Parts: sequence; C-alpha cells; structure tokens
Amino acid sequence: MATRRAQANGAAAAGAVVLLVATRKGAFILRADGARRSWKLSGPIFLGNVVHHLVLDPRDRRTLLMAARTGHLGPTVFRSADLGRTWKEASRPPAFARAPEGQPEGKKGRVVDHTFWLAPGHADEPQAWYAGTSPQGLFRSEDGGDTWAPLPALNDDPQYRAWMGGEQDGTPDGPKLHSILVDPRDRDHLYFAMSSGGVHESRDGGRRWAPLVEGLEVVEELDPTNVTFHDPHCVRLCPTRPDRLYQQNHCGIYRLDRPSSRWVRIGKAMPRSVGDIGFPLVLHPRDPEVLWVFPMDGSGVWPRTSPDGKPAAYRSVNGGRTWRRQSAGFPRQQAWWTVKRQAMSADGHDPVGLYLGTTSGEVWASRNGGERWSCVARHLPEIYAVEAAELRR
Amino acid sequence: MKVLIPSPLRSYTGEREVEATGATLAELLADLDRSHPGIRFRMVDEQEGLRPHLRLFVNGELVRELGTKLSPSDEIQIVQALSGG
Repeated sequence: MATRRAQANGAAAAGAVVLLVATRKGAFILRADGARRSWKLSGPIFLGNVVHHLVLDPRDRRTLLMAARTGHLGPTVFRSADLGRTWKEASRPPAFARAPEGQPEGKKGRVVDHTFWLAPGHADEPQAWYAGTSPQGLFRSEDGGDTWAPLPALNDDPQYRAWMGGEQDGTPDGPKLHSILVDPRDRDHLYFAMSSGGVHESRDGGRRWAPLVEGLEVVEELDPTNVTFHDPHCVRLCPTRPDRLYQQNHCGIYRLDRPSSRWVRIGKAMPRSVGDIGFPLVLHPRDPEVLWVFPMDGSGVWPRTSPDGKPAAYRSVNGGRTWRRQSAGFPRQQAWWTVKRQAMSADGHDPVGLYLGTTSGEVWASRNGGERWSCVARHLPEIYAVEAAELRR
Repeated sequence: MKVLIPSPLRSYTGEREVEATGATLAELLADLDRSHPGIRFRMVDEQEGLRPHLRLFVNGELVRELGTKLSPSDEIQIVQALSGG
C-alpha cells in the first residue's frame, strides 16, 4: 500500500517486477531481476485452460486472481494467496441470474461464456473485486474473489440489454465487458466499457449507469447516437489525474477530461500511413500527459496486424497532440503481430518499463519507456493478457 | 451409483470413478457437487443447461434432460469431447 500511495503522489515504485501472462493454453509468470535486464519464466499454470486475465492485487501484492475456463468446462475464477504456489477455485464464480422458466426467445437467461476482465476494487475495500464477462456482464466480489454477485442494475436492465446486442453484435471472440475503472478518490465512481456497447459511468457504486459516448465515432454509415454501435477497445484512467481518461477505440484514439463528457479524437495526429486503430492503450503511472498505443492495420478486411508487418509502439508525451514511433529492437519487416487489448502494460519504475505479448506467443519488454525493446519470452501459446505488477519489497 | 469421471473433471474428484446418489440426473449432479464442490457449475450453466461438449450417458445411452430418472443400479458416464486446436 505504501508504494501505491507513493505512486499516486508521483514517486516511482521500486518493487521487483513480475509479468502475469495469460494465454489460450494456461498462464505463465515472468520474474525480472532488479535491473529488469534478465527474466525468468515459470509455469505453465493450469496448462490447457483458457486464461483470459491474471491479476495481482495491488492492495496486498500477494493475491492473484485468474479468469479461466477450458474447452469443455464452464468459466471460473481461481485465487492464489501465495503468488501462484497454490490455487483455490471460487465457490461461486460469476454467473447471470437464472431466468424464469418459459421465457420467449430474446428474453431467456444469459450464460457467462468466460470471465474476460478482472479489476481490483477501491483501496478502501481490500476484499472487493469486479469482473467483466462475455457476453457483457458486470460482477462484484466482496470476499476477495471467492463469491461473485451480478450487478442487476446493469446486467438485467432492458435498455442495457438492448445496447449490449446479441452474439452477432460482438467481437469475433464474443461480446465483452472490459476496462472496469474505479476512481481512486471515490469508490462509488465507476466506469466500464463494452465491445460493443459503449463506455458507461456510475457515481453510486453501480446502482445507476449512464452512457459516455459523446464525441466518439462509429463505423461509417452507422448512427453514432445509437450506443450499441460504439466499440471501445480499451479505456484507461490516469492514476495521478483521475479526471482524465484515454481510450483506444475501434474508430480511433480519444481523450476525455472531466467534467466534460465529450471525447476528443487525439489519434488524428498519428501518421496517416499507420492510422489510429489498435487494441491496447497504456498510461504512464505518474505523468498524465504520457501514453502509448500499439497500432494495428484496420484497413480493408481488418487484418488486425502490425501495419505493413512492421511492429511499433507510438508514444505521446503531450496528451496525444503529437506521437513518436518506437520500434527499436522490434523486427524491421515481415512481423505480423497482433497485440490484444489486455496484452500491453507498464510498470511503476523510473524509467517506466513497458511490456507486450503477441498472439504468436512472444513477450517483449522495454525498460526505458519504449525507447528500445527486446524479446524476453517466446514459444508461448497465444497471449491474451500481460499485466506488469510489482511484488512487495 | 457409479459415476465415471472424464479427465478434465478429475481435479475435483481425484478418481476416475466415484459414487453418487439421486433419483434424477439433476439430483445426482447436486450430490456430486456436495462431495466435490464446484464440479457441477463446470458442467451445467446458470440457466440449467448442459454445457457444450458435455455428454451424459446412462447405461450407455445418451441422455440430454436433467430430469431423467435414475435407479440405484444405473451407471453414469460423463464424457467431454473437445474439437479444434
């Protein structure tokens, strides 16, 4: 907790960095030495499980939560209180409310296919966690991830159900609720995003929600006033300026400075040949002007690979007014990477360490804010998420 | 009655064959869950539907309804088939 407060006050963290790598065939942990020069890989954890997210609790820096399922078995959450040495399954994983018998088509109860996103609750609620699922649902645990309850004001609300759409309206891997954000100043001030279904805000702990999509573009020919057409890929809240949010959307990169409710497209300043489409977006832990994106090819049939087969991160140090390419160390050509929305993150050190995982099973790291990259693991299964975390000193 | 457990579920039972009781399949799965907490939700979703890729056989015959009646001499086989890479 001391380090978290220090980070919020602008001081760099100094704990040992671990990377929590979630893949389609299990989870892995990469541990750095003190200089973040060499990395040691351990795992697999739950080999063969589809692991969408593995998160370290920043409030105790010991507890891990993992969202998992297998090809045959339903979705669940595993919890480890000893940094992954032993695991215990949630006794009540996220599940939608059971619908009454005999409901007509379209009103039948929903089934959680997988838990996609795990987010620790506010620092003042050390046992609270949130989970976002596919199809879109929001769940809360108040006992450290052992039992989960749906938030009915969202999951069962007719208007929200309409905005969530059906299977045809979601992403290729299923419609998802993600980017669950808790305002560090107010535990009842929450945000989340849905692919598709827009960005939403609550100021009363999730009892009432309102869309926050003004200024966001949608796929051409569609109506931007219809919330269901909005597809935020990744939304982040600046830890040291919680009134500032950034977003990588299906249709560009945006910034929002509250109390305004209008997003501003900052991706227009990206090179035209690269564009501003992508999945992940990463923030500097202390400087709200600094962020990184990892563009993908959103042209034609949407290959969703590095533009022209040349991977690069782009960094802005002025809130998105200008961008600079960062590709030193990456392959210079014929590298058709895809980096998913949870597969890029930053540590709290100075200079900031950046990390990303590819769907082709490689983990890349930069210990100088993206100036130079090196591969720290390869031959892993398809990577879904990479979370950088710092252990207790 | 005897219940044959497939490998994906043996982390719950520790055995490939366990005993459970129930007058219906639903009761049998509830009894299994009492002995091996968590196993039922991995097989049956929150709307009481059998999950995809899961098949239940009673004395070698495929059954799809959780209300299927059982007798103490029945043998239950849980089969999980996964396709794709």
